[in-house]
Amino acid sequence: MAVAGTAAAPAAGAKGWNYRVCLETGLHVDLAAQKLIKVNAFVAVVFLAIGGLFGLLVALTRWQAVHLLDAELFYLALTAHGADVLLFWIIFFEMALLYFASAVLLNSRLATPKMAWLGFWLMLIGALVANVAVLQGDSSVMFTSYVPLKAAPHFYLGLILFAVGVLIGCFVFFGTLVIAKEEGTYDGSIPLVTFGALTAAIIAVFTIASGAIILIPTFLWSIGLISEIDPLVYKVVWWGLGHSSQQINMAAMVSVWYAIAAMTVGAKPLSEKVSRTAFLLYILFLQLASAHHLLVEPGVSSEWKIFNTSYALYLAVLGSMIHGMSIPGAIEAAQRRNGFVKGAFEWLRKAPWGNPAFSSMFMSLVFFGFLGGISGVVMGTEQINILVHNTLYVPGHFHGTVVAGTTLAFMGMTYAVVPLIWQREIVWKGLAKWQPYLFGFGAAGISIFMMGSGIVGVARRHWDINFADATLKFDYAPIAHLMLGLNGLAAILAAIGGVAFILIVVMSIFFGAKRDAEAVKASPTVTAGTPVAHTGSEATLKLPGTIILVSVFFLTFILYYFVNWKFLSDVWPLR
Amino acid sequence: MALTPPEQRLWWKEPLHGMEILWISIAFLWGLVMFGMMIYWHAAGDQNLSNEAYRIHKEEFVKRTEAMVAKYKVREVGDTGVPVVRPPAGSEVYMIGRQFEWWPVLEFQKGKSYRLHLSATDVQHGFSLQPENINLQIHPGYEMVITITPTRTGTFGVVCNEYCGLGHHQMTGRVIVVDK
Repeated sequence: MAVAGTAAAPAAGAKGWNYRVCLETGLHVDLAAQKLIKVNAFVAVVFLAIGGLFGLLVALTRWQAVHLLDAELFYLALTAHGADVLLFWIIFFEMALLYFASAVLLNSRLATPKMAWLGFWLMLIGALVANVAVLQGDSSVMFTSYVPLKAAPHFYLGLILFAVGVLIGCFVFFGTLVIAKEEGTYDGSIPLVTFGALTAAIIAVFTIASGAIILIPTFLWSIGLISEIDPLVYKVVWWGLGHSSQQINMAAMVSVWYAIAAMTVGAKPLSEKVSRTAFLLYILFLQLASAHHLLVEPGVSSEWKIFNTSYALYLAVLGSMIHGMSIPGAIEAAQRRNGFVKGAFEWLRKAPWGNPAFSSMFMSLVFFGFLGGISGVVMGTEQINILVHNTLYVPGHFHGTVVAGTTLAFMGMTYAVVPLIWQREIVWKGLAKWQPYLFGFGAAGISIFMMGSGIVGVARRHWDINFADATLKFDYAPIAHLMLGLNGLAAILAAIGGVAFILIVVMSIFFGAKRDAEAVKASPTVTAGTPVAHTGSEATLKLPGTIILVSVFFLTFILYYFVNWKFLSDVWPLR
Repeated sequence: MALTPPEQRLWWKEPLHGMEILWISIAFLWGLVMFGMMIYWHAAGDQNLSNEAYRIHKEEFVKRTEAMVAKYKVREVGDTGVPVVRPPAGSEVYMIGRQFEWWPVLEFQKGKSYRLHLSATDVQHGFSLQPENINLQIHPGYEMVITITPTRTGTFGVVCNEYCGLGHHQMTGRVIVVDK
């Protein structure tokens, strides 16, 4: 990499921070940052294991033929599942990414490692406290904890502590960027991956502000100091936390896509300007997405709904569509330079599909776009939301974004981070090769079958689709049972992939062969890209494959969008 | 590459390639189309939620609902004791969401319009009319008013699709639509 051997490092070393020189990249890796990356990533994986187990139990309960848990345990497991994977797994991993993208990639020391540890402990204690509250059984209020449903006070307190820890981590990240700039540890602008991480961290700050604004009063309400919290105000502000935190994930995931594409095939962004502008659109417009959850609410005007749900003219969607072209484009351009120039798709056929980092990343990109992305925009349309609000379509959508998208991408990143940061070989290479496919197709199945059952109206967060104990009986269409059965099977497949991932990671970091200079030479994690033209855009290469892929995506999007309007037009007139 | 600083220091001065300009333009225009569709549907479509909503005391909403039931009750559902109410077309119609029922059962005439008032008396509930698939969020303290015109006859289920407590899955209701 270009930064290897910059003059700044010895000076920094003289200032008394401990580093090692990366055998692969020549970067100076701050040992304090390295340790923080390790603990955050490790704790993340532990929460993935716990939350994933709860998820499997939920899926096996909704599979009506199995109907594993009783009602009380089901709602408990569902609350725990949401908190453990959507918050704790993803955000601990993002902390590791922030430290990686700042200290490591910028060749710098980490700002205030002690504060970073404080943040880590607050996050861990908060996560444990919230888990204890849920497991005690009187906080089964779901991840969203809509008032006036009331959880135990320490449920809210746990989430608040966690959020404060995250905030500290974000400021350590910002501080590191400042130090790196001051000490001149890199040349020019920060790398694109760091820029994406910066986007995620900025979104995180105002996300956590929303969380504080609503969770602190809710905590005070739960201990009796405040008499009432307006349920509609709660929802507007809570989703400033709930939805925006998914946008942190999205910015982090897109950064990971760029990082893995760079490491595995030497991809270089088609255009730094375009990719960075797309990230900027996220910062400016993603926060409006709180409205996605308020489209069928009383007391909110249509004007407000239309402007906010569309992120002001779909400008954040524009950002994602830009990344959706520029990442496959960058991969195609790199692969063509690597010599795969035949036809439209030789570059894709001969991509490193056996490298779990690459396969995770590419599947994540495709699933996020086709499953999570399109469905999200469609159901976020003001009127179409009437068809799917609070049905299983909604979890179907966000399992497309957060599981088949973000989680799969982070798994891929782990396959790159273990050799680089732990300096260990990945064990069980054969299993590792298959793991992304098991998890990826399982997660995609979960997404598709939940959306399918949502289309026939099945409610989310619901224990019994037979309504056995209800006074007034009701039956969903029989296909709902088939869909939920298939969802259960897909969840088992994803769970097998998840267990494989956790075993591989834990075995690798404790027992994987140490990577010395020779091992690095034999199997480099970071593929150096062939030098490219320095002027003009990378897209001066012809990229027919990307044009075809993007066209297929766009046509699918248009078709699916208007099919839903057709569905809506058949519903009873409402005004 | 994406892991290192941009090769061109002045990356913001890089020229854009035609393919990028084309895709960005298409994506931007598509955003405008989708934005316009929501506005267009308000003008030309039949399925739009009214913005009519009021703050209301829970007791007041229960009182109004009970008054309607007293006036227009026609029978009960089997031996459940749940009243079936048949209000005249065009009238003000009420349904309460509470732990764990939608109350009362409403009987509508096909093709006629009704002003349906919905509110909750304890926590939030999800009004999910199935299999028609109309889903609304119902808040305690807020009264939502929509004008609804059934176009199909039959017995429709009302499911609660917002988690409302441990009996959430028992919470159902019913809307019956008859020809005349």
